[in-house]
Amino acid sequence: MLSIRNLHAKVGGKEILRGLNLEVKKGEVHAIMGPNGSGKSTLAHVLAGRDNYEVTAGEVSYEGKDLLAMRPEDRACEGVFLAFQYPVEIPGVANLYFLKAALNAVRKYRGESELDAIDFLKIAKDKMKLVDMDPKLMERAVNAGFSGGEKKRSEIFQMAVLQPRLCVMDETDSGLDIDALRVVAEGVNALRSPERAMILITHYQRLLNYVKPDFVHVLQGGRIVESGGPELALKLEAEGYAQWPEGNVEVAR
Amino acid sequence: MSDPLAPYRAAFERFVDAPATNGGGQPWLGELRRQAMARFLELGFPTPRLEEWRFTDISPIAKATFSLAARGELPAVEALRPHLIGEAVPRLVFVNGRFAAELSVLPSGIVAQSLADALHERPADVRKHLAAYAPFAERAFTALNTALWSDGAYLVVPRAAVLDTPIHLLYVTTAADAMVHPRNLVVVGATAQLTLVESYVSLGVEAHLTNAITEMVIEEGATVEHVKLQAESEKAFHTATVEVAQGRSSNLTTHSFALGGAIVRNDWNTALAAEGAECTLNGLYVPRGRQLIDNHTSIDHVSPHCSSRELYKGVLNGRARAVFHGKITVRPDAQKTDARQTNKNLVLSDDTSVNSKPQLEIFANDVKCAHGATVGQIDKQSLFYLRSRGIDEASANRILTYAFAAEMIDKVAHPGLKLHLSGLVAERLPAGSVSLEAVGV
Repeated sequence: MLSIRNLHAKVGGKEILRGLNLEVKKGEVHAIMGPNGSGKSTLAHVLAGRDNYEVTAGEVSYEGKDLLAMRPEDRACEGVFLAFQYPVEIPGVANLYFLKAALNAVRKYRGESELDAIDFLKIAKDKMKLVDMDPKLMERAVNAGFSGGEKKRSEIFQMAVLQPRLCVMDETDSGLDIDALRVVAEGVNALRSPERAMILITHYQRLLNYVKPDFVHVLQGGRIVESGGPELALKLEAEGYAQWPEGNVEVAR
Repeated sequence: MSDPLAPYRAAFERFVDAPATNGGGQPWLGELRRQAMARFLELGFPTPRLEEWRFTDISPIAKATFSLAARGELPAVEALRPHLIGEAVPRLVFVNGRFAAELSVLPSGIVAQSLADALHERPADVRKHLAAYAPFAERAFTALNTALWSDGAYLVVPRAAVLDTPIHLLYVTTAADAMVHPRNLVVVGATAQLTLVESYVSLGVEAHLTNAITEMVIEEGATVEHVKLQAESEKAFHTATVEVAQGRSSNLTTHSFALGGAIVRNDWNTALAAEGAECTLNGLYVPRGRQLIDNHTSIDHVSPHCSSRELYKGVLNGRARAVFHGKITVRPDAQKTDARQTNKNLVLSDDTSVNSKPQLEIFANDVKCAHGATVGQIDKQSLFYLRSRGIDEASANRILTYAFAAEMIDKVAHPGLKLHLSGLVAERLPAGSVSLEAVGV
């Protein structure tokens, strides 16, 4: 589904990703772990198409298409979803209407009919239960004044509504207390499917207690320096990232 | 070059002695008009050399020729319908500056009539208030209006009366190159409650001049919500001043929507002249093309324990220009004043210009005053967030632009009015493929 080959990317003139390779097949859940500054969020943003992230080398193929050539909105319509580490507050735009506009944009792209407010509301109510989200939040402006936990729930809720095929979750677990983490993890688990791939980007191992990944990768110095099964996460939790000092990572070109 | 004031002098001479002009021969009014005209001729049109007009060059108004129009043929109600807030909302309609009873639906329970009629029926009441709040000594456009007004609304809300519907004053210009000088007098009795809408539109004409004055007295404990909607043609000129005198513990909220004209200049002057008075000034301006919209507000804190809140927002596109000048004066006696002023501008193109000038003059020592101004573009992070959910760039821009403006619409209490305003504002924003209905408009 997703094939990243020798990806190099710069942010503000500084090279952050330095030859990253990753293969993700449908149905798989991959965890990418790494210390601060290793390039985790940069990878997430490059996949979603954020500007100011300059890809200097490499390629990303998604469902056989050149992902990097697509506009962010087309990536979303093609089924790529980024759950933001810091969801953006947008005063003045009600959550409900924002998400309806998004879902209808995606449906239109796929050649499906647009939903009216009543049909949309049915879907939204159903998916809200998945992350135990307070329906009142739907009337409020997008993320405006939401607590950290509410924002993360809302991201997973959006994911559930938009039904993407590739979910990239950027530190969705950060800043959550254990109850919120459990709720968010349950939402993620409910969305696991043989047709859908997930990339969990995380700093800590604890999310992986609730969402069992198929593969764990260690990101260090802008490259994946080790890959393994779930046991790798436990090893990381115990030993830290010291065994892959950043300076020793050889830069592939 | 010919004297640009000569046509005004000539028009005045024809106008001032006409039988209808002064309420059937009331010498005091003729005298007032003559004084005002003399002052206008002395002052001439303001130029950018004056601080109050530094960024607003009105020479296109001075150079153009306008004439005092007759009321002329009335438009059909059908043609007015898009400009009405709702069929059930009482309205006073003025066509080319003159009251059109045939198109109006008068409210009950208050005095609501044309000022020209009031002059016949209750000259003493009119004389008591007319020009008492809108000084013209240093204001050329006020002087011109005082000399040349032919009609406007006269509203008196009795003490403790609470109106459950807004009253709509609709000014329609249908005559090309007409100059219209609407003059409104509004007296809101103690503890009464009024929602008043003034709207100005062009019907089938492009260039014309509206030069309006509204004088409003808000007596003790009264509450007023005032909406001024300026939505004339893109070639229209509009100058308007609202002067308000607020009594003890009175409360005024005003919303100014300036949606276009070649040059629009709004002056809003509020005097908080008795303890505990509060005012909230909200404004939205949306100039496009080469339009210029200038808002000058002045809040005069004369008495202690008064508070004022001011938020003006602008959305500028094309080569549009905007001026915001917000003056707050806190007089020596006005201790415990609480004043806050904010001006925010969203700029959609590189060719626009904004001059934002807060001016705080504080002569008391125990006060809270704050002000701030911003000029910025659409927030890049918000834009990316919407796009990352599948919404195309043009639509995302449209949604975010609308959201910026919608804050000001949301502050209006009346639902029908809100709907009316959101339609007008949306029309003036850049298009996208996601309709604004999809985002709740």
